[in-house]
Amino acid sequence: MAVSLMQGNEAIGWGALAAGCRFFAGYPITPSTEIAEMLSRELPKVGGTFIQMEDEIASMAAIIGASVGGLKAMTATSGPGFSLMQENLGYAAMTEVPCVIVNVQRLGPSTGRATAGSQGDVMQARWGTHGDHPIIAISPTSVRQSFDLTIKAFNLSEQYRTPVILLTEAIIGHMREPVDLPEFETLEVVERVVTSSPDEYVPFSNEMGDVPPLAGFGQGYRYHITGLFHDQMGFPTQRLDEINPWLERVNNKLNNHLDEIVMVEEDIQEDATVAIVAYGASARSARHALKVARSQGHRASMLTLLTIWPFPEVQVEKLGERVERVIVPEMNLGQLALEVERMVGRRKVVRVNRADGEMVTPQMILDAIEG
Amino acid sequence: MAEHILDAHELDVDEIRIPRENWFESSETLQKLRKNKKFPTIWCAGCGNGIVMGSLIRAIEHLGLSNDEVALVSGIGCAGRMPVYMDFNTLHTNHGRALAFATGLKIARPDMKVIAIMGDGDALAIGGNHFIHAARRNIGITSIVINNAIYGMTGGQYSPTTPIGKQATTAPYGNIEPSFPLCELAIAAGATYVARSTVYHVLELDKYIEAAIRKDGFSLVEAVSYCHTTYGRLNKFGTAPEMMRDLKKNSISKAAYEKLSAKRQAGNSKIVRGVLHVNDEREEFTKLCRKLTEQAQGGGRQ
Ligand SMILES: Cc1ncc(C[n+]2csc(CCOP(=O)(O)OP(=O)(O)O)c2C)c(N)n1
Ligand code: SF4
Ligand SMILES: [Mg+2]
Repeated sequence: MAVSLMQGNEAIGWGALAAGCRFFAGYPITPSTEIAEMLSRELPKVGGTFIQMEDEIASMAAIIGASVGGLKAMTATSGPGFSLMQENLGYAAMTEVPCVIVNVQRLGPSTGRATAGSQGDVMQARWGTHGDHPIIAISPTSVRQSFDLTIKAFNLSEQYRTPVILLTEAIIGHMREPVDLPEFETLEVVERVVTSSPDEYVPFSNEMGDVPPLAGFGQGYRYHITGLFHDQMGFPTQRLDEINPWLERVNNKLNNHLDEIVMVEEDIQEDATVAIVAYGASARSARHALKVARSQGHRASMLTLLTIWPFPEVQVEKLGERVERVIVPEMNLGQLALEVERMVGRRKVVRVNRADGEMVTPQMILDAIEG
Repeated sequence: MAEHILDAHELDVDEIRIPRENWFESSETLQKLRKNKKFPTIWCAGCGNGIVMGSLIRAIEHLGLSNDEVALVSGIGCAGRMPVYMDFNTLHTNHGRALAFATGLKIARPDMKVIAIMGDGDALAIGGNHFIHAARRNIGITSIVINNAIYGMTGGQYSPTTPIGKQATTAPYGNIEPSFPLCELAIAAGATYVARSTVYHVLELDKYIEAAIRKDGFSLVEAVSYCHTTYGRLNKFGTAPEMMRDLKKNSISKAAYEKLSAKRQAGNSKIVRGVLHVNDEREEFTKLCRKLTEQAQGGGRQ
């Protein structure tokens, strides 16, 4: 297209449009509102619909309803709104309805600091709704990545019939960078394909690989969707011989495809003794710290996690084996560090945290590198 | 049909559809109920929910709708279990959220008849805000609220429609909260078709549900029912047939109500049955969405 100075939130809106999103339901909340504003302007131009719902519970419900109706659908919110979405988010996971939830994190708990960035919702993104469930969360580190990962979020969501959370924060959401977006037609976009006839259709089949195709309502495939445990036809069940195969398929459907889901960026120095594992805005500080550290003669590697959930276990474990210390900078009091510790051992991990709404500075990370 | 039945319902012969001989066998819609493994229902024998389901089926059948073009959306509660038994596109959602899910679905598929089935707690307590806003938008959803004045599924806690003084498991000293007038709330919020009847007055229910589905806008049918298992037992109201008889005794048609003196109207404690409100002026929400889209695509004001 052409280079323009674009905000992260705006890039998310364009990414959604490029991915084929045709429905957005949301409720205004700082620092995510620009996404709603942008899509209220752009969606009707491509035949889509924007609706401002009465709250975030309704927003989450509406995008699931629209997705069941056959539209790619998204909502965007921040901390308090993300909390309200949890019950229906679990419904989407349980019923395997694709949808994308953008959480532009702000400082919590509670109303916190509305305009300040945070990475405080990392664990909530994984376990915010009740019960074991599959979830994907991905986190961009730049404006351009906000665009790319939004498309990726839709693609993963459609491919695996799962809600996908785009976990960004006030910093990248509100930051402006020059970007040159690609022509939308050149992008790879996943569409729903149902091959079986209505008579043969089994909406929650355990026998069609990990992810049975989803037929939209009103297309001749009449079936039942419920948040209760259900059999392969979607009818409520209490039978353990129906519940257990479902549990197994749905909770493994992501694990069996980690190659496609887990995205990391590696900047490895072969003889490094220290490594940084970072994501989101903190990865930007970490990159700067890495550059300075190397210029001062430190041997250091860095792993940027674009996929947060499922956690990139293999990549982090491998990295940990090659270094003595792993530094995990986060704008929270230590959330993803718990996962890193699980993979590389507690003694190797150095946490660098702040949860006051300000960025982890390159200096804080440099101090940790210098030990 | 016997005259006394017509009298009881205060109906004219040409106002009703007389059930045919062999009505089950000759009804395509009934034949398409989900027979495979979903019956009997989870409802207590004698529950009014089944009566409302029958009315809904007859209304859909009479409208000549194909099963494919109907979507039934519900929340959680005994009423919310209705869709699973019916061979439509069925979405059983979370407690209170049926209308919010239905809103997304209706926007995605404005060509479909989207019907939301809710309980009184579902629609008025946890889902009260969605109810108000769906009515305000006048989105083309038919809502059917089965008002049994109690939380049936969870075992008889008081709901926003439990009368003052009545017993509930969470109101052991009698309920002290006033109840929500469901239909009046819908009218005030902007619904364009509002009717009320009871599970005793089945022919009325058939008719109102049919009209509500036909209405292009947000419509409400309040089906006053009873829960003999919880509310009935706690308040010693007797068996299901006895509670049904009470609905007959304690209700009055809108026509009869309007003939009462102002004083007697003010003192009326009976359930008023009838079409309480119709508004043909307001445009349906998804139609407005389409207009907005056309305007945006035509380079309208940006
Ligand atoms: C968020 C949430 N809160 C509470 C419940 C428990 N619950 C299930 S049904 C119900 C009330 C049902 O009452 P009503 O809506 O009147 O339907 P009825 O069972 O009477 O038909 C409640 C409180 C729930 N399922 N979800
Ligand atoms: S508990 Fe009450 S409302 Fe629920 S099925 Fe039984 S009678 Fe009906
Ligand atoms: Mg009830």
